[in-house]
Amino acid sequence: MPKINYIEHNGKNHTIEVAKELTVMEGAVQNNIPGIDADCGGACACATCHIYIDEKWFDKIPKIEDAEQDMLDMAYEPNKFSRLGCQITVTEELDGLVLKMPLKQA
Amino acid sequence: MIKTDVLIIGAGPVGIFSVQQLGLLGLKAEVVDNLDKIGGQCIELYPDKPIYDIPAVPECDGETLTKNLLEQIKPFKTNFHLNERVQEISKDKNNWKITTNKNKIFFAPNIIIAAGVGSFEPRKFSVKEAEKFENKGIFYSIKDKNNFKNKKICIFGGGDSALDWAIELSKIAQVTLVHRRNEFRGAEHSATIAREFEKQGKLKIKTPFQIESIEGEDKITGITITKEDGKKEKIPTDCILGFFGLIMKLGPIVDWGLNLDKKTIPVNTENFQTNKNGIFAIGDICSYPGKLKLILSGFHEGALAARGCFKYARPNERLKFEFTTTSKTIQERLGVKK
Repeated sequence: MPKINYIEHNGKNHTIEVAKELTVMEGAVQNNIPGIDADCGGACACATCHIYIDEKWFDKIPKIEDAEQDMLDMAYEPNKFSRLGCQITVTEELDGLVLKMPLKQA
Repeated sequence: MIKTDVLIIGAGPVGIFSVQQLGLLGLKAEVVDNLDKIGGQCIELYPDKPIYDIPAVPECDGETLTKNLLEQIKPFKTNFHLNERVQEISKDKNNWKITTNKNKIFFAPNIIIAAGVGSFEPRKFSVKEAEKFENKGIFYSIKDKNNFKNKKICIFGGGDSALDWAIELSKIAQVTLVHRRNEFRGAEHSATIAREFEKQGKLKIKTPFQIESIEGEDKITGITITKEDGKKEKIPTDCILGFFGLIMKLGPIVDWGLNLDKKTIPVNTENFQTNKNGIFAIGDICSYPGKLKLILSGFHEGALAARGCFKYARPNERLKFEFTTTSKTIQERLGVKK
Protein backbone atom coordinates (compact mmCIF):
# COMPACT_ATOMS: atom_id res chain seq x y z
CA MET A 1 0.00 0.00 0.00
CA PRO A 2 1.26 3.53 -0.71
CA LYS A 3 2.71 5.31 2.31
CA ILE A 4 1.58 8.86 3.02
CA ASN A 5 3.48 11.20 5.35
CA TYR A 6 1.13 13.43 7.30
CA ILE A 7 3.03 16.13 9.17
CA GLU A 8 1.18 17.96 11.92
CA HIS A 9 1.61 21.71 12.22
CA ASN A 10 3.91 21.16 15.20
CA GLY A 11 6.17 19.00 13.03
CA LYS A 12 5.10 15.56 14.25
CA ASN A 13 5.21 13.09 11.40
CA HIS A 14 2.78 10.21 10.86
CA THR A 15 3.71 7.77 8.10
CA ILE A 16 0.62 5.76 7.28
CA GLU A 17 -0.15 3.08 4.73
CA VAL A 18 -3.28 4.15 2.90
CA ALA A 19 -5.16 1.82 0.58
CA LYS A 20 -5.38 2.87 -3.03
CA GLU A 21 -8.72 4.42 -4.02
CA LEU A 22 -9.09 6.08 -0.61
CA THR A 23 -8.57 9.83 -0.46
CA VAL A 24 -5.78 11.50 1.48
CA MET A 25 -8.47 12.86 3.82
CA GLU A 26 -9.96 9.39 4.44
CA GLY A 27 -6.48 7.99 5.15
CA ALA A 28 -6.06 10.59 7.89
CA VAL A 29 -9.53 10.29 9.40
CA GLN A 30 -9.53 6.47 9.47
CA ASN A 31 -6.19 6.50 11.26
CA ASN A 32 -7.15 9.25 13.69
CA ILE A 33 -4.45 11.63 12.51
CA PRO A 34 -5.07 14.98 14.23
CA GLY A 35 -5.36 18.15 12.18
CA ILE A 36 -7.89 17.12 9.54
CA ASP A 37 -11.54 17.68 10.41
CA ALA A 38 -13.46 16.83 7.20
CA ASP A 39 -16.76 18.27 8.45
CA CYS A 40 -18.67 17.60 5.24
CA GLY A 41 -17.44 14.04 4.94
CA GLY A 42 -15.52 14.44 1.69
CA ALA A 43 -17.89 16.31 -0.58
CA CYS A 44 -15.64 19.30 -1.35
CA ALA A 45 -18.09 21.46 0.58
CA CYS A 46 -16.31 22.75 3.66
CA ALA A 47 -12.50 23.30 3.42
CA THR A 48 -11.75 21.56 6.73
CA CYS A 49 -9.44 18.91 5.24
CA HIS A 50 -7.10 21.63 4.03
CA ILE A 51 -3.46 20.52 3.64
CA TYR A 52 -0.22 21.91 2.23
CA ILE A 53 1.44 19.56 -0.25
CA ASP A 54 5.21 19.36 -0.03
CA GLU A 55 6.73 21.49 -2.78
CA LYS A 56 8.50 18.51 -4.40
CA TRP A 57 5.23 16.60 -4.64
CA PHE A 58 2.88 19.38 -5.69
CA ASP A 59 3.15 18.90 -9.45
CA LYS A 60 2.79 15.11 -9.21
CA ILE A 61 -0.75 15.43 -7.94
CA PRO A 62 -3.66 15.66 -10.40
CA LYS A 63 -4.46 19.30 -11.09
CA ILE A 64 -6.86 21.24 -8.91
CA GLU A 65 -10.38 21.87 -10.22
CA ASP A 66 -12.36 25.10 -9.92
CA ALA A 67 -14.73 23.87 -7.21
CA GLU A 68 -11.80 22.91 -4.97
CA GLN A 69 -10.02 26.20 -5.67
CA ASP A 70 -13.21 28.09 -4.75
CA MET A 71 -13.52 26.14 -1.53
CA LEU A 72 -9.90 26.87 -0.63
CA ASP A 73 -10.74 30.59 -0.54
CA MET A 74 -12.54 29.75 2.70
CA ALA A 75 -9.72 27.73 4.22
CA TYR A 76 -7.48 28.84 7.06
CA GLU A 77 -4.34 30.48 5.60
CA PRO A 78 -4.27 28.90 2.16
CA ASN A 79 -1.11 29.21 0.06
CA LYS A 80 -0.04 28.07 -3.40
CA PHE A 81 0.58 24.51 -2.16
CA SER A 82 -2.87 24.23 -0.61
CA ARG A 83 -5.22 21.40 -1.53
CA LEU A 84 -8.21 19.66 0.01
CA GLY A 85 -7.38 16.15 1.19
CA CYS A 86 -10.77 14.83 0.08
CA GLN A 87 -10.00 15.64 -3.55
CA ILE A 88 -6.77 13.66 -3.79
CA THR A 89 -7.12 9.93 -4.42
CA VAL A 90 -4.22 7.78 -3.27
CA THR A 91 -2.47 5.94 -6.11
CA GLU A 92 0.77 3.97 -6.48
CA GLU A 93 2.36 7.13 -7.92
CA LEU A 94 1.71 8.98 -4.66
CA ASP A 95 3.69 6.45 -2.57
CA GLY A 96 5.83 8.58 -0.24
CA LEU A 97 3.68 11.73 -0.56
CA VAL A 98 4.54 14.38 2.03
CA LEU A 99 1.96 16.87 3.24
CA LYS A 100 1.55 19.28 6.11
CA MET A 101 -1.49 20.28 8.09
CA PRO A 102 -2.35 23.94 8.80
CA LEU A 103 -2.39 25.35 12.34
CA LYS A 104 -6.14 24.80 12.42
CA GLN A 105 -9.04 23.97 10.15
CA ALA A 106 -12.01 25.91 11.52
CA MET B 1 -40.06 32.47 29.81
CA ILE B 2 -41.57 30.23 27.16
CA LYS B 3 -43.04 26.78 27.82
CA THR B 4 -43.26 24.32 24.99
CA ASP B 5 -43.20 20.59 24.25
CA VAL B 6 -40.00 20.62 22.20
CA LEU B 7 -37.25 23.14 21.70
CA ILE B 8 -35.59 22.65 18.32
CA ILE B 9 -32.06 23.92 17.80
CA GLY B 10 -31.48 24.66 14.13
CA ALA B 11 -33.86 26.00 11.48
CA GLY B 12 -32.45 23.99 8.60
CA PRO B 13 -34.62 21.63 6.54
CA VAL B 14 -34.44 18.85 9.13
CA GLY B 15 -35.38 21.16 12.01
CA ILE B 16 -38.32 22.57 10.05
CA PHE B 17 -39.62 19.16 9.01
CA SER B 18 -39.50 17.88 12.56
CA VAL B 19 -41.87 20.73 13.52
CA GLN B 20 -44.33 19.12 11.11
CA GLN B 21 -43.82 15.62 12.49
CA LEU B 22 -44.26 16.91 16.05
CA GLY B 23 -47.30 18.91 14.99
CA LEU B 24 -49.01 15.84 13.56
CA LEU B 25 -48.64 14.22 16.99
CA GLY B 26 -50.13 17.28 18.64
CA LEU B 27 -46.84 18.59 20.05
CA LYS B 28 -45.80 22.25 19.98
CA ALA B 29 -42.29 23.33 19.12
CA GLU B 30 -40.20 26.50 19.20
CA VAL B 31 -37.15 26.86 16.95
CA VAL B 32 -33.90 28.71 17.72
CA ASP B 33 -31.25 29.47 15.10
CA ASN B 34 -28.07 31.51 15.17
CA LEU B 35 -28.52 32.74 11.60
CA ASP B 36 -30.70 35.70 10.67
CA LYS B 37 -32.90 33.63 8.37
CA ILE B 38 -34.62 30.27 8.20
CA GLY B 39 -33.13 27.49 6.04
CA GLY B 40 -29.72 26.65 7.48
CA GLN B 41 -27.11 25.46 5.00
CA CYS B 42 -29.75 25.37 2.23
CA ILE B 43 -30.06 29.13 2.41
CA GLU B 44 -26.62 30.08 3.63
CA LEU B 45 -24.50 27.85 1.39
CA TYR B 46 -26.52 26.93 -1.68
CA PRO B 47 -29.77 28.93 -2.06
CA ASP B 48 -29.63 28.65 -5.86
CA LYS B 49 -27.91 25.30 -6.29
CA PRO B 50 -30.28 22.53 -7.33
CA ILE B 51 -30.77 19.50 -5.09
CA TYR B 52 -31.72 16.28 -6.90
CA ASP B 53 -32.32 13.77 -4.13
CA ILE B 54 -35.39 14.95 -2.26
CA PRO B 55 -37.97 12.16 -2.61
CA ALA B 56 -40.66 13.00 -5.19
CA VAL B 57 -39.01 16.35 -5.97
CA PRO B 58 -36.84 15.76 -9.05
CA GLU B 59 -35.09 19.12 -8.81
CA CYS B 60 -35.31 21.94 -6.32
CA ASP B 61 -32.97 24.65 -5.04
CA GLY B 62 -32.26 25.34 -1.37
CA GLU B 63 -34.48 28.40 -1.30
CA THR B 64 -37.51 26.62 -2.78
CA LEU B 65 -37.02 23.64 -0.49
CA THR B 66 -37.06 25.94 2.53
CA LYS B 67 -40.11 27.82 1.25
CA ASN B 68 -42.03 24.57 0.71
CA LEU B 69 -41.09 23.19 4.10
CA LEU B 70 -42.33 26.39 5.73
CA GLU B 71 -45.57 26.08 3.79
CA GLN B 72 -45.92 22.55 5.15
CA ILE B 73 -45.65 23.68 8.80
CA LYS B 74 -47.96 26.69 8.41
CA PRO B 75 -50.85 25.03 10.32
CA PHE B 76 -48.67 24.80 13.42
CA LYS B 77 -47.93 28.55 13.68
CA THR B 78 -44.39 28.00 14.92
CA ASN B 79 -42.21 30.68 16.49
CA PHE B 80 -38.69 31.02 15.11
CA HIS B 81 -36.13 32.73 17.34
CA LEU B 82 -33.48 33.85 14.86
CA ASN B 83 -30.12 35.52 15.50
CA GLU B 84 -30.09 33.61 18.74
CA ARG B 85 -27.90 30.80 19.96
CA VAL B 86 -28.72 28.31 22.72
CA GLN B 87 -26.07 28.84 25.32
CA GLU B 88 -26.91 26.70 28.34
CA ILE B 89 -29.15 23.83 29.26
CA SER B 90 -29.91 22.42 32.68
CA LYS B 91 -32.36 19.92 34.13
CA ASP B 92 -35.36 21.37 35.96
CA LYS B 93 -37.56 18.54 37.30
CA ASN B 94 -39.22 17.04 34.22
CA ASN B 95 -38.14 19.86 31.97
CA TRP B 96 -34.98 21.12 30.39
CA LYS B 97 -34.28 24.78 31.09
CA ILE B 98 -32.78 26.28 27.97
CA THR B 99 -31.11 29.69 27.95
CA THR B 100 -30.08 31.60 24.82
CA ASN B 101 -27.30 34.14 24.40
CA LYS B 102 -30.02 36.82 24.57
CA ASN B 103 -31.15 35.44 27.92
CA LYS B 104 -34.39 34.09 26.59
CA ILE B 105 -35.46 31.10 28.67
CA PHE B 106 -37.43 28.08 27.50
CA PHE B 107 -38.82 25.19 29.54
CA ALA B 108 -39.42 22.01 27.58
CA PRO B 109 -39.32 18.29 28.33
CA ASN B 110 -37.54 17.73 25.01
CA ILE B 111 -34.74 19.25 22.99
CA ILE B 112 -34.12 18.27 19.39
CA ILE B 113 -30.66 19.24 18.20
CA ALA B 114 -30.83 19.67 14.42
CA ALA B 115 -27.81 21.93 14.27
CA GLY B 116 -26.05 20.57 11.18
CA VAL B 117 -22.34 21.03 11.69
CA GLY B 118 -22.87 23.72 14.28
CA SER B 119 -23.45 27.42 14.05
CA PHE B 120 -22.13 29.55 11.25
CA GLU B 121 -19.48 32.11 12.05
CA PRO B 122 -17.47 34.26 9.68
CA ARG B 123 -13.95 33.04 8.93
CA LYS B 124 -11.69 35.68 10.48
CA PHE B 125 -8.28 37.14 9.67
CA SER B 126 -5.53 34.99 11.14
CA VAL B 127 -2.95 37.77 11.68
CA LYS B 128 -2.42 38.45 15.36
CA GLU B 129 -3.54 42.10 15.34
CA ALA B 130 -6.94 41.13 13.92
CA GLU B 131 -8.63 40.35 17.22
CA LYS B 132 -7.67 43.68 18.78
CA PHE B 133 -9.28 45.64 15.97
CA GLU B 134 -12.41 43.52 15.56
CA ASN B 135 -15.40 45.87 15.27
CA LYS B 136 -12.91 48.72 15.64
CA GLY B 137 -11.79 48.88 12.04
CA ILE B 138 -12.10 45.20 11.13
CA PHE B 139 -15.54 43.97 10.12
CA TYR B 140 -16.96 40.71 8.78
CA SER B 141 -20.37 42.07 7.84
CA ILE B 142 -21.85 45.46 7.04
CA LYS B 143 -24.83 46.83 8.90
CA ASP B 144 -24.84 50.37 7.53
CA LYS B 145 -22.73 51.21 4.52
CA ASN B 146 -22.82 54.92 5.38
CA ASN B 147 -20.37 54.23 8.19
CA PHE B 148 -17.77 53.72 5.46
CA LYS B 149 -18.40 56.97 3.59
CA ASN B 150 -15.19 58.67 2.38
CA LYS B 151 -13.04 56.10 4.19
CA LYS B 152 -10.09 54.16 2.86
CA ILE B 153 -11.21 50.51 2.87
CA CYS B 154 -9.49 47.22 2.08
CA ILE B 155 -11.85 44.38 1.23
CA PHE B 156 -10.59 40.78 1.32
CA GLY B 157 -12.18 37.81 -0.40
CA GLY B 158 -13.16 36.48 -3.81
CA GLY B 159 -16.82 35.54 -3.46
CA ASP B 160 -20.03 37.45 -4.02
CA SER B 161 -19.95 39.36 -0.73
CA ALA B 162 -16.45 40.67 -1.40
CA LEU B 163 -17.24 41.63 -5.01
CA ASP B 164 -20.65 43.15 -4.31
CA TRP B 165 -19.41 45.27 -1.41
CA ALA B 166 -16.29 46.34 -3.30
CA ILE B 167 -18.48 47.59 -6.15
CA GLU B 168 -21.06 49.19 -3.86
CA LEU B 169 -18.62 50.88 -1.48
CA SER B 170 -16.39 52.13 -4.32
CA LYS B 171 -19.19 54.63 -5.03
CA ILE B 172 -18.80 56.31 -1.63
CA ALA B 173 -15.28 55.36 -0.50
CA GLN B 174 -11.76 54.57 -1.62
CA VAL B 175 -11.72 50.79 -2.01
CA THR B 176 -8.96 48.24 -2.55
CA LEU B 177 -10.08 44.67 -3.19
CA VAL B 178 -7.51 42.03 -2.19
CA HIS B 179 -7.79 38.34 -3.06
CA ARG B 180 -5.44 35.36 -2.73
CA ARG B 181 -5.67 34.41 -6.42
CA ASN B 182 -6.44 36.08 -9.73
CA GLU B 183 -9.81 34.39 -10.25
CA PHE B 184 -12.92 35.42 -8.34
CA ARG B 185 -15.41 32.74 -7.42
CA GLY B 186 -18.31 35.20 -7.21
CA ALA B 187 -20.79 35.79 -10.04
CA GLU B 188 -19.04 36.40 -13.34
CA HIS B 189 -20.89 39.62 -14.08
CA SER B 190 -19.84 41.07 -10.69
CA ALA B 191 -16.21 40.20 -11.41
CA THR B 192 -16.55 41.89 -14.82
CA ILE B 193 -17.97 45.06 -13.23
CA ALA B 194 -15.16 45.08 -10.65
CA ARG B 195 -12.52 44.77 -13.40
CA GLU B 196 -14.28 47.53 -15.36
CA PHE B 197 -14.28 49.80 -12.27
CA GLU B 198 -10.58 49.05 -11.87
CA LYS B 199 -9.89 50.23 -15.43
CA GLN B 200 -11.86 53.40 -14.78
CA GLY B 201 -9.85 54.04 -11.62
CA LYS B 202 -12.86 53.71 -9.31
CA LEU B 203 -11.50 50.65 -7.54
CA LYS B 204 -8.09 49.08 -6.93
CA ILE B 205 -7.67 45.31 -7.20
CA LYS B 206 -4.68 43.48 -5.72
CA THR B 207 -4.28 39.80 -6.65
CA PRO B 208 -2.80 37.32 -5.80
CA PHE B 209 -2.14 38.91 -2.44
CA GLN B 210 -2.76 37.91 1.17
CA ILE B 211 -2.64 39.91 4.37
CA GLU B 212 0.70 39.99 6.18
CA SER B 213 0.15 42.45 9.02
CA ILE B 214 -2.04 45.25 10.27
CA GLU B 215 -0.50 48.55 11.37
CA GLY B 216 -1.80 51.03 13.91
CA GLU B 217 -1.88 51.64 17.64
CA ASP B 218 -5.38 52.68 18.71
CA LYS B 219 -6.81 52.57 15.25
CA ILE B 220 -5.82 50.97 11.98
CA THR B 221 -3.53 53.10 9.85
CA GLY B 222 -2.57 50.61 7.19
CA ILE B 223 -1.88 47.04 6.20
CA THR B 224 0.91 45.09 4.55
CA ILE B 225 0.01 42.52 1.94
CA THR B 226 2.25 39.85 0.40
CA LYS B 227 2.28 38.36 -3.05
CA GLU B 228 3.02 34.67 -3.61
CA ASP B 229 6.59 35.52 -4.68
CA GLY B 230 7.17 37.30 -1.37
CA LYS B 231 6.79 40.83 -2.73
CA LYS B 232 5.24 43.08 -0.09
CA GLU B 233 3.10 46.19 -0.43
CA LYS B 234 1.86 48.67 2.15
CA ILE B 235 -1.60 50.15 1.82
CA PRO B 236 -2.84 53.02 4.02
CA THR B 237 -6.33 52.14 5.20
CA ASP B 238 -8.95 53.08 7.81
CA CYS B 239 -10.82 49.82 7.85
CA ILE B 240 -10.63 46.23 6.68
CA LEU B 241 -13.50 44.02 5.63
CA GLY B 242 -13.07 40.24 5.49
CA PHE B 243 -15.41 38.06 3.42
CA PHE B 244 -13.83 34.63 3.55
CA GLY B 245 -17.09 32.74 3.86
CA LEU B 246 -18.48 31.02 6.90
CA ILE B 247 -17.04 28.31 9.04
CA MET B 248 -19.08 26.07 11.25
CA LYS B 249 -18.46 25.62 14.93
CA LEU B 250 -20.22 23.31 17.35
CA GLY B 251 -20.16 26.07 19.96
CA PRO B 252 -21.75 25.65 23.40
CA ILE B 253 -23.18 22.19 22.52
CA VAL B 254 -19.86 20.65 23.59
CA ASP B 255 -20.49 21.78 27.18
CA TRP B 256 -23.84 20.07 27.68
CA GLY B 257 -22.55 16.72 28.84
CA LEU B 258 -23.53 14.93 25.65
CA ASN B 259 -21.41 12.12 24.29
CA LEU B 260 -19.48 13.40 21.30
CA ASP B 261 -17.71 11.57 18.51
CA LYS B 262 -15.46 14.11 16.83
CA LYS B 263 -17.97 16.80 15.90
CA THR B 264 -21.06 14.60 15.94
CA ILE B 265 -23.46 13.38 18.61
CA PRO B 266 -23.97 9.59 18.81
CA VAL B 267 -27.63 8.56 18.97
CA ASN B 268 -29.67 5.37 18.96
CA THR B 269 -31.56 4.60 15.77
CA GLU B 270 -34.85 3.83 17.49
CA ASN B 271 -35.71 7.43 18.34
CA PHE B 272 -32.42 9.32 17.86
CA GLN B 273 -32.04 10.07 21.54
CA THR B 274 -28.59 11.03 22.81
CA ASN B 275 -27.08 9.83 26.09
CA LYS B 276 -29.45 12.26 27.88
CA ASN B 277 -33.15 11.50 28.22
CA GLY B 278 -35.24 14.00 26.31
CA ILE B 279 -32.37 15.27 24.18
CA PHE B 280 -32.45 14.07 20.61
CA ALA B 281 -30.05 14.76 17.74
CA ILE B 282 -31.03 14.52 14.08
CA GLY B 283 -29.62 15.51 10.70
CA ASP B 284 -25.94 16.08 9.95
CA ILE B 285 -25.02 16.49 13.61
CA CYS B 286 -25.96 12.95 14.69
CA SER B 287 -23.99 9.80 14.12
CA TYR B 288 -24.84 6.11 14.16
CA PRO B 289 -23.67 3.11 12.15
CA GLY B 290 -24.57 3.74 8.52
CA LYS B 291 -25.34 7.45 8.97
CA LEU B 292 -25.72 9.34 5.71
CA LYS B 293 -25.51 13.13 5.73
CA LEU B 294 -28.49 13.58 3.44
CA ILE B 295 -31.54 15.77 3.89
CA LEU B 296 -33.79 12.77 3.30
CA SER B 297 -32.14 10.84 6.14
CA GLY B 298 -32.71 13.84 8.41
CA PHE B 299 -36.43 13.80 7.61
CA HIS B 300 -36.67 10.15 8.68
CA GLU B 301 -34.70 10.87 11.84
CA GLY B 302 -37.06 13.76 12.64
CA ALA B 303 -40.13 11.55 12.30
CA LEU B 304 -38.77 9.03 14.79
CA ALA B 305 -37.40 11.65 17.20
CA ALA B 306 -40.87 13.24 17.29
CA ARG B 307 -42.26 9.96 18.60
CA GLY B 308 -39.48 9.86 21.17
CA CYS B 309 -40.47 13.36 22.31
CA PHE B 310 -44.10 12.33 22.74
CA LYS B 311 -43.17 10.00 25.59
CA TYR B 312 -41.77 12.86 27.69
CA ALA B 313 -44.29 15.51 26.64
CA ARG B 314 -47.39 13.33 27.24
CA PRO B 315 -46.21 10.70 29.74
CA ASN B 316 -49.72 9.54 30.52
CA GLU B 317 -50.93 9.18 26.97
CA ARG B 318 -50.50 6.35 24.54
CA LEU B 319 -49.25 7.28 21.09
CA LYS B 320 -51.49 5.86 18.40
CA PHE B 321 -50.01 5.34 14.97
CA GLU B 322 -52.09 7.12 12.33
CA PHE B 323 -51.90 8.09 8.69
CA THR B 324 -52.46 11.65 7.45
CA THR B 325 -54.72 10.24 4.73
CA THR B 326 -57.27 8.78 7.13
CA SER B 327 -56.86 10.24 10.63
CA LYS B 328 -59.50 12.79 11.57
CA THR B 329 -57.34 14.00 14.49
CA ILE B 330 -54.37 14.69 12.25
CA GLN B 331 -56.56 16.37 9.66
CA GLU B 332 -57.95 18.65 12.35
CA ARG B 333 -54.42 19.55 13.42
CA LEU B 334 -53.60 20.34 9.81
CA GLY B 335 -56.81 22.36 9.46
CA VAL B 336 -57.86 20.39 6.42
CA LYS B 337 -60.81 18.41 7.81
CA LYS B 338 -63.80 18.78 5.51
